[in-house]
Amino acid sequence: MSGEAIKAIDTNVLWGGGRSPFSVSYGKMMMWFFLISDALTFGGLLASLGFMRHKFADTWPVSEEIFFHFPFTHAHLPLMYVALMTFILIVSSVTMVLAVEAGHRMDKKNVILWLSLTVVGGIFFLASQAWEWSSYIAGPDGLISTWADNATLAQNPYPAANGGPGAVHYTQFFFFVTGFHGTHVFSGVVLNFIILLGVINGKYEKTGHYEMVEKVGLYWHFIDLVWVFVFTFYYLL
Amino acid sequence: MKRDDIIEYSLDSHHSAEEGKAIRKKIWFVTALLTIITAAEVLLGVFWNSIGFPWSVVKISFILLTIVKAGYIVMVFMHLGDERKALRLVILAPYALFIMYLLFILLNDASVLYNVRQALGL
Repeated sequence: MSGEAIKAIDTNVLWGGGRSPFSVSYGKMMMWFFLISDALTFGGLLASLGFMRHKFADTWPVSEEIFFHFPFTHAHLPLMYVALMTFILIVSSVTMVLAVEAGHRMDKKNVILWLSLTVVGGIFFLASQAWEWSSYIAGPDGLISTWADNATLAQNPYPAANGGPGAVHYTQFFFFVTGFHGTHVFSGVVLNFIILLGVINGKYEKTGHYEMVEKVGLYWHFIDLVWVFVFTFYYLL
Repeated sequence: MKRDDIIEYSLDSHHSAEEGKAIRKKIWFVTALLTIITAAEVLLGVFWNSIGFPWSVVKISFILLTIVKAGYIVMVFMHLGDERKALRLVILAPYALFIMYLLFILLNDASVLYNVRQALGL
């Protein structure tokens, strides 16, 4: 990272007006402010998860006893699929930061390569989440068509849940937390794709900088950041 | 359109090919670190009972490992570590303060309500 942000500038000049004291562009600062507000939403959601979890500590299900399925196999692999999803999202975050780095060198070819891989990673994660949802909704019998013993917002059919009040809150939080995060992933993929089209059309070559890639990059890393917390506080704890 | 009365911060955030090499090396290091931490978390989550760790220790190590992971993502991937200190504080300090306050209120109340539930048999 180079440029204004790491230059040693006298405080009186920096805060004296006529310039950004943070040495960032308007767009980047607004993206950070948006991310703070979004982080407060997710923070509130996860804090309320902690509240319910402690209030119903005696009947709260153990995630390892519910999430042990893995596609194409019947082996008992607790949390392995969620770990794989976490890994996919971390890798797509890495390809994003590599796209930003290539953008700082005005390397259009590499920006296209890494940004396309980021879009692919995002789609991969969304597909994984669709599988995760359908296998969770299907319940212990694995059949999604039998409504009475499916996991819904109103019931939790898993034996690990033993029917207490915590069990229903557990399903509700599953749908709300992973659903809200999945919505963010979806919009992130759409934004990345739009910016990718701009890169291919040479829009940022003309502007002279790839800061739009950096800004959608911030949003994409934020999605990864939220998932790291969801993984710990929903699945592990 | 380029204006001369404002500073185009985005225009001078470029770096050279050599600088890029060092940055990429750092990115791959952080990638390896995040992968190892995630793998360690999963292994701990699966085997903590058979190894015989107490749950309280496992819980605290999960939270600490998560905060380490989050720190690397925010500071390296989101470049917040390279921004000016004032921006870093504006972003992190109010958020940390508010969330710690919220967690204190909610978790404290939750354990009280848990005891109430137990006492009343709800």
